[in-house]
Amino acid sequence: MTGQGFTVITVALDKTAEDARPWIEKAQPTHPALIDTRHVLADLYNVVNVPTIFWIDERGRIVRPNDVAFGTDTFKHITGLESARHLAALRAWVSGRTPAPGADEVRRQQPLPSAEDQQARAEFGLGQWLWAQGRPAAAERHFVRGGELAPHDFTIRRGTMPMRGIDPMGPQFREMLQSWVGAGRPYYRPLPDTAGTKEN
Amino acid sequence: MSTFTIIDGERAVAVPARVSGGRVVLEAAGLKDALGWEVHDGLLCNDAMCIPLADASALTRDDGVDLAAFAAALDRAVAVDVAERAAFLGGSAGERAQALASQQAPDFTLPDLAGRPHSLAEHRGKKILLVAWASW
Repeated sequence: MTGQGFTVITVALDKTAEDARPWIEKAQPTHPALIDTRHVLADLYNVVNVPTIFWIDERGRIVRPNDVAFGTDTFKHITGLESARHLAALRAWVSGRTPAPGADEVRRQQPLPSAEDQQARAEFGLGQWLWAQGRPAAAERHFVRGGELAPHDFTIRRGTMPMRGIDPMGPQFREMLQSWVGAGRPYYRPLPDTAGTKEN
Repeated sequence: MSTFTIIDGERAVAVPARVSGGRVVLEAAGLKDALGWEVHDGLLCNDAMCIPLADASALTRDDGVDLAAFAAALDRAVAVDVAERAAFLGGSAGERAQALASQQAPDFTLPDLAGRPHSLAEHRGKKILLVAWASW
């Protein structure tokens, strides 16, 4: 689909470029594949987990906010999400066959950050700076505090595990995942499929 | 007086400061030099704007500026580590929420693997699929 009228931009919320490098080099993308060690995107777009996707139109407007979609079916057994569904909706929007959701729809679906969310992100920011300065013990305090302030924010709680010597696939992650599932999967869920499903 | 490192986005600046009763008090002249803000006549001002202060006395202490009150006046989150003498000025929940509610996609500039910067704004005029992902 990439061409004059469309591009993908990927942003890796990783601790260093080297963590993301093997995936990017394997994919050999023709689109921008960016590295975000400071979680600038999470801060500006209220991203609480990955993957999170957005559609942005020609005028720079968000027409599909904070949606959960996968490029493959690798995690389908956990998420129940089929990648084909989003891809079909995306193709229909890019080709102009179906319009993007209207402004009212987008407004209803756009999650907004609370003061606690932003305090948690500030704690992450301080922790990430301290970690990059070679002060991991001090960083740990702020990563923990950030996770306490925003327990639903996996970009903080899971995303900092590689900086803290914790396995991001290990028991601490599984416990986090289970409590999130037990709470009814809050904060991070696919949008009701309102865009690109109705053929005109 | 020793210094405190204030991290504001990509910038980290050392500001003369002291810690008093668990509170971080920045030297007023240092705050102006490092971050461009100063308190006068009940206002908190930089080159571009002035913010009226409900209680200027909460901000200024013994010729210094209280860091927590300074962040609160700007409606910004602040994370502080007194032992490491560092503080991170985060984004304002109000500003972030207002920006997202406007539905205009916030611009950002981030590097690729080669360190080359890319901005969202460079792609204006195209439809964009923006994907946040991670190796973890």
